[in-house]
Amino acid sequence: MKQATSISSDPLTGSAATDSPLTLIRARHRWFEVNLAELWEYRELLYFFVWRDLKVRYKQTVIGVAWAIIQPLFTMIVFSIFFGRLAGLPSNGVPYPIFYYTALLPWTYFANALTHASNAIVSHQQVITKVYFARILLPISAVLSGLVDFAVASVILFGMMLLYGIPPTWKALWLLPLLLLTILTAIGVSLWLSALNALYRDVRYAVPFLVQFWMFASPVAYPASLVPDRWQWLYGLNPMAGVIEGFRWALTGAAQAPGPLLAASSAAVLVVLAAGLFYFQRMERTVADVV
Amino acid sequence: MRDIVIRAENISKQYRIVERGHNALRDVITHSVKSLFTASRSRTRSPNTIWALKDVSFDVEHGELIGLIGRNGSGKSTLLKILSRISSPTSGTAAVRGRLGSLLEVGTGFHGELTGRENIYLNGAILGMRKTQIDRRFEEIIAFAEVDPFLDTPVKHYSSGMYVRLAFAVAAHMEPDILLVDEVLAVGDSEFQQKCLKKMRQVAYDGRTVVFVSHNLSTIQALTNRTLLLDHGQLVASGPTTEVIQQYLRKPADASATVYEVEDAPRETANLSRAVSIVRLALDRPVSRVPQDDTLAILATVRGTMAVKPFALATVIYGPAGLPVGTLVGPETHSIERGEVATFKIVLPQLRLSPGSYHCALVVIQGNSGGAQHDLDLVPDVLHFEVTPPREAASVRTWRRAWGPIRFAEPTVERLD
Repeated sequence: MKQATSISSDPLTGSAATDSPLTLIRARHRWFEVNLAELWEYRELLYFFVWRDLKVRYKQTVIGVAWAIIQPLFTMIVFSIFFGRLAGLPSNGVPYPIFYYTALLPWTYFANALTHASNAIVSHQQVITKVYFARILLPISAVLSGLVDFAVASVILFGMMLLYGIPPTWKALWLLPLLLLTILTAIGVSLWLSALNALYRDVRYAVPFLVQFWMFASPVAYPASLVPDRWQWLYGLNPMAGVIEGFRWALTGAAQAPGPLLAASSAAVLVVLAAGLFYFQRMERTVADVV
Repeated sequence: MRDIVIRAENISKQYRIVERGHNALRDVITHSVKSLFTASRSRTRSPNTIWALKDVSFDVEHGELIGLIGRNGSGKSTLLKILSRISSPTSGTAAVRGRLGSLLEVGTGFHGELTGRENIYLNGAILGMRKTQIDRRFEEIIAFAEVDPFLDTPVKHYSSGMYVRLAFAVAAHMEPDILLVDEVLAVGDSEFQQKCLKKMRQVAYDGRTVVFVSHNLSTIQALTNRTLLLDHGQLVASGPTTEVIQQYLRKPADASATVYEVEDAPRETANLSRAVSIVRLALDRPVSRVPQDDTLAILATVRGTMAVKPFALATVIYGPAGLPVGTLVGPETHSIERGEVATFKIVLPQLRLSPGSYHCALVVIQGNSGGAQHDLDLVPDVLHFEVTPPREAASVRTWRRAWGPIRFAEPTVERLD
């Protein structure tokens, strides 16, 4: 048996292979180590995971892509009838169907992303215990694969807007940064949920509850203007509040530009994302031993 | 001297025996609340831990084909998992030079709904291949797997043979600098196994480094030049394969043990239902020596985890080089109730084995009499015994009779003319 000497900066002597990557495997990683270069390294796998999710989803369903529309459309109808007509909640002059659909579009995407991504680690335990790759791809790909449904549901929205005589304006371009904010929020929260779910299986029962709660804490069924002004900043700590108000403003122009709300939301997203990355990478080291 | 591509230093891995892991958030919360009141004792008190690996150090040189052997639970798989970064060591370090691919299972990430073509890309990507690389090797992969006509059929409709052939074919073409392989060559029919072995040799011939775990000592013998032997998490030997295998075979689990408590021992075979679970195996004698002309009996105690009827017990006997010598399948007439524990005596009359070291695998099988046979439980690498020369003094005649692993019955020889 060879006597191993201590590892220096270049632990493996030899010259021929020095251009090959060197991987160090240690007991403890640095306190905070988020390897974005590695994420880039695995971009193709991210693509394949998203691609697989889409393929499998549409292969197994009968009406396929119609599901992307059914959920927000029917919820919109129910909300319009009960919260709009019967309860008479204000909509700032926007027709109820448009008012609700503009909120349900990002909300449905967000809610489905959370539900799907919180299971991402657990549903891949077979793979996780057999091969290494950046585990963070799993929740991220689950969040991204919902974007196709989002795109399909958006088409319906633009159709409805033309029908109601509210043509989109240049402000609709704001949807892109708002969508990005939604994606980042979904990723940040999914990092937490998927990691927690891997360690404690009761998280899966808490997720539907959390999503329902969160919907009422967001201006989906009512306008954000119902929240008193001095609490708006606190309300904005819910990133989806800024996003949903932003969607309404960008599409219908009826609401106030949600500047302060969005500023608070963006800050909150960054915190959630950073904390999520931190927690996830801590879990990542031990997950193969416990799932 | 060649470059070193893997250097492991004092790798240790500790597992908790009772894995608190994914129990319930509720338990964790109540536990933390309790520990508020019971001071700091609770953290240091409980965990029953075992060292799956303890201070394992070794180097692997570029282009080496290296074997890794040891009994069940000796830490082979744990070591591969640490080197492939699936789990982290508790202490120690390892440095790996070059792209490392691990093949701990074939078909990792295969999805039944996807077609063969789609799974090649998905599985390839999971194993770390680039899309361009898969494109380039695509024709080779399907040629190797022999699934051409079914390329656009969902793999859930594949036979199990086709499935593993395709899965292995993808893995065999991943071209890493270093390949870690865990007991996956035992797939498919024997013709395909030969093809896999050839492929593995080719991989090494191309200047890659391969670390290879197997229970099949003849495969290790055939493939590798150097072998590491793990025992209870420690590296106990490292050297030329032939010598290390000799050392391994001379040392059964416990030199004189003839009783094996195997209920909680990890099983190496995937997908065993263990509807009939093997609890204990024993030779019918206190020492593991069996005179050549003796009758050997095995006592197998099994537990029914559900009612099963009928099932059979089969014994595979392995010879000195780890090669299977023969298989004995009992009649499929037994039945067991749920929760029932029963002991069976398997008598092997006229052993007819020449002197040397042997061991057995015990299998509970079903469907042997017709239909698809499947294994309910399988315990490999147990019941080590030594066949000694006959009790009467070994004459030249009996010695010559014993050449070769099997002693055939006296032939009849008659003159024809």
